[in-house]
Amino acid sequence: MTSLSRILAIMGKEFIQMLRDRLTFGMMVGIPVMQLLLFGYAINTDPRNLPTLVEMGDNGPASRAITQAMETSEYFDLIGLTTSAEETESALQSGDVLFVVTIPPNFERDLLRGDRPQILLDADASDPVAAGTGAGAFPTLVQEALAPLLGEMSPPVQTVIHRRYNPAGRTALNIVPGLLGVILTMTMAMMTSMALTREAERGTLETLLATPTRPHEVMIGKITPYVFVGSIQVAILLAGARLLFGVPFLGSPFAFLAAVSLFILVNLSLGFLFSTVARSQMQAMQMTFFIFLPSILLSGFMFPFAGMPAWAQTLGQALPTTHFIHAVRSIMLKGAGFRDVIHDIWPLAVIFAVIATLAMLRYRRTLD
Amino acid sequence: MSEALAIDVQGLTKRFGDKTVVDDFSMQVPRGKIYGFLGPNGSGKTTTIRMMCGLLKPDAGGGTALGHDIIRESREIKSRVGYMTQKFSLYGDLTVRENLTFMARLHALKNTTSVVEAALEEYALAPRANQLADTLSGGWKQRLALAAASMHDPGLLLLDEPTAGVDPKARRDFWDRIRVLARKGVTVLVSTHYMDEAVQCDNIAFIAYGRKLIDAPSADIPERVGLITWRIEGKGLQPIYDALHGADGVDQIARFGSALHVSGRDAERLERAIAPYRGQDGLIVEKAKTGLEEAFIWLMTGSEDNFQ
Ligand SMILES: Nc1ncnc2c1ncn2[C@@H]1O[C@H](COP(=O)(O)OP(=O)(O)O)[C@@H](O)[C@H]1O
Ligand SMILES: [Mg+2]
Repeated sequence: MTSLSRILAIMGKEFIQMLRDRLTFGMMVGIPVMQLLLFGYAINTDPRNLPTLVEMGDNGPASRAITQAMETSEYFDLIGLTTSAEETESALQSGDVLFVVTIPPNFERDLLRGDRPQILLDADASDPVAAGTGAGAFPTLVQEALAPLLGEMSPPVQTVIHRRYNPAGRTALNIVPGLLGVILTMTMAMMTSMALTREAERGTLETLLATPTRPHEVMIGKITPYVFVGSIQVAILLAGARLLFGVPFLGSPFAFLAAVSLFILVNLSLGFLFSTVARSQMQAMQMTFFIFLPSILLSGFMFPFAGMPAWAQTLGQALPTTHFIHAVRSIMLKGAGFRDVIHDIWPLAVIFAVIATLAMLRYRRTLD
Repeated sequence: MSEALAIDVQGLTKRFGDKTVVDDFSMQVPRGKIYGFLGPNGSGKTTTIRMMCGLLKPDAGGGTALGHDIIRESREIKSRVGYMTQKFSLYGDLTVRENLTFMARLHALKNTTSVVEAALEEYALAPRANQLADTLSGGWKQRLALAAASMHDPGLLLLDEPTAGVDPKARRDFWDRIRVLARKGVTVLVSTHYMDEAVQCDNIAFIAYGRKLIDAPSADIPERVGLITWRIEGKGLQPIYDALHGADGVDQIARFGSALHVSGRDAERLERAIAPYRGQDGLIVEKAKTGLEEAFIWLMTGSEDNFQ
């Protein structure tokens, strides 16, 4: 028979200890804020006046209208002209320029004939934010530049955009769901595993074990306060992302809630499992890093998941962070609902069941 | 509750690695007694106590505490036994009251608040109720620990060196509490290093290297130890002390006021050792009763700390 009294007692105790440990509590609130600012601003450096080369195959009024429009726009800074493809390549490669615009020969003639000539924009998308905004604005910019010359004609040119080095063209928006996943993975697993090993280190575990408390009561009581902390972290990240970077939230809040709760539980029980193995708080911390690094590298947070080699994808599939990040990206950025992310949710549920069971089985009922 | 024995264990054995820490330990503790558990450091007292309340699984042997099997019914034992750990193991970052409330709720006691307030009153902890446990002195920590271990009205208290490192006054107070609990019918098993505390126990078990050497009513201990003691009284004892110290047949020599207590296990050899002093002018040599204290000094010196 589960005793609610015992669970509540452990929860209450954990809460008090957490609030009295100012440093840790501060860190749990501070980490999301810091990460968001670091990642957000470091990557989201105002994408204005990015260095751009133009390969002028044609010198007519239309071509000049386009370069002029680019010059006045806040996205591009025309730093020179180029004539050779090699020069284009090496400038992009070295990072001296982020864009190269190629206006083909006979552009003016083809335009007036209605042949819909192509303008090519090569973008260095290794900085996805910068490339993304510039590339996004380019077609409109071209059209608006040509409008005074051509009147209300249908789109007279084709703008072709080549995103180089990062075909997925991930944007800053991608960072926030990823950050959610990574921060929760680290803090949740670390906090619980340390809170539990601390009891063993300080000897209070013996007191706990000498009472008729059951393993799952300890687990629920210990984990619940951190669910609360995790929710605060999520709220901070979402609010910050919205206010500072205008990251949208397009999908179903219900699906989001489901994914987030499940993911928090996964990480808390993972921390609980670690604590049954670790002999000291130090070891507990090391174990969380052991899971933290692959969670950063293989989850699609750092590198596009689809671009990873097969073995890395397989490993990544076993990581809860992978499924979580994927689900949250779909929900926040692509407007997904619960049905759309069910294939991410059920693996999370399975992982949770496995870890929680393991943790409970491994939880020591004696001091042996 | 009909069981006559509060603790009844047989053949308890515990190994850590290839080291046998408790070896074939048996003990019967009748209800309502204060049972002393003595032995040098590392002799296995803590390990034995932990096995009795289900915190460690014995490698061999078994038995009951308050009639419940120590291996299979550890939950029942945990809700009926009060265990005070050797090292303070309540929460230092919780206040006195929070600690007691926590323990009361883990035992799923009804009307927690009144139980806790009563315990605060009874153990005179009320003025310190809102103090963090870490900031209490050693004596008050022990008092808090005893309060926490006895709030759920356990029928058996296992106290593991409850007064180690506590000042004499606090120790006396603590023992007053133990006697109060014992009068209420609580069985107490208490491990200790202090002779003056051992004397206050009804029975004493002595353990060294994980083996029980003696288990008897405290009044019988001196006889069981098998020491014969002669008392030499008079002037100029120092030379005699020096001469007898370590002499053949003399196992132990101690000064008691203006007298020497010379003890040994072998009556004849002891006799020979003290023979020269018989009939000397101004010296009284007479047979004396071996005291409990001498018996323990003997037991203790005979088995130094048992680590490794
Ligand atoms: N968990 C453990 N692992 C390994 N050795 C232990 C453990 N607990 C106690 N010991 C060893 O067992 C012996 C007895 O310890 P203990 O029961 O604490 O003795 P006491 O309480 O009489 O001082 C000591 O040598 C101690 O080092
Ligand atoms: Mg001990």
